[in-house]
Amino acid sequence: MASPSPTGACLNLAGTLSGMRRMAPLALFVVAFGLAFGVAAVQRGLTDIETLLMSALVFAGASQFAALELWGPEIPLAALIASTFAINARHLLMGAALYPWLRHLPNRQRYASVLVLSDSNWAMAAADFRRGERNVGMLVGGGLALWLAWLVGTLIGVIFGSGITEPERYGLDVILGCFLLSMLVGGTRQLSLSILLPWSVAALAAFAALRWLPPHSHVIVGALAGGLVGAWLPASSTRDTKPAS
Amino acid sequence: MTLPTTPTGTLLAILIMALITYLTRSGGLLIMSRVPIGPRVQRFINAMSGSVLIAVIVPMAVEGDWGARWALLATLGAMLITRKPLVAIAAGILSAALWRALAP
Repeated sequence: MASPSPTGACLNLAGTLSGMRRMAPLALFVVAFGLAFGVAAVQRGLTDIETLLMSALVFAGASQFAALELWGPEIPLAALIASTFAINARHLLMGAALYPWLRHLPNRQRYASVLVLSDSNWAMAAADFRRGERNVGMLVGGGLALWLAWLVGTLIGVIFGSGITEPERYGLDVILGCFLLSMLVGGTRQLSLSILLPWSVAALAAFAALRWLPPHSHVIVGALAGGLVGAWLPASSTRDTKPAS
Repeated sequence: MTLPTTPTGTLLAILIMALITYLTRSGGLLIMSRVPIGPRVQRFINAMSGSVLIAVIVPMAVEGDWGARWALLATLGAMLITRKPLVAIAAGILSAALWRALAP
């Protein structure tokens, strides 16, 4: 049996199943997003297997949609790596926030449990941790539920997507952009100057790169420009992006 | 450097994406077990994660037709009002489809 220390952490089947149950209502929405991805990927020319494989192995919606934007007869490697890293870099902070909890797990369990680290299961697991819960089942079970839902959604999208011959007519070619924009707005608690300023610089830098720099460099240029402006802003002005408590 | 979208090239691209994504998932734990992440780096990552999404959308707004632009505006508007991504995406798709059906 696990040690009774209140600051510890443990991982077991019961906790994982309970995490899956708690995530089930949210996972239904993820099926819809997966469906949108499946349709978009097939329209971009990925085969059914490739689309499913990407959802299964990458399991990160925004970066998968962004990768589709780069897909063509050839895939620009530097832009693919940069956009995948930049979009998913928030995981670094999320993992860091859970470190004081997960460090009590054996190494193998610790690094396996973050395989399914994603926004919603992280948020619920972080709340469990703050409450003093020892079982990390919310992270693992919730993540598995999201992963399954993402895969099922992708499968449904792949089945429907192959049957649509004129995606532009039904506005389906704009799914990618609309998805990314909604994630951008939805992932921000409050639109303040300290976040709008980096975003504006990112937009201008990406626009300039699109005009004058080599193809696909706009992703790296925009991400770095926005990130640097964010880092250079005084610390006090970033405080208003967090809710007052 | 580019990868051709042959079966092998595509598989390689997906594996690279998977590896990088796992590095971000495990990286926070790895770094924290050595040094804590400072506030400036934290602000950089926060600003960068949104900026990269903007950078990816920019070509669609600049090079796309008015159907695509209306779609982005509708998504933004619906998102600010409802805060529900699925509603916002549906509004975007509908705007593009309507514009293309009705515009000359």
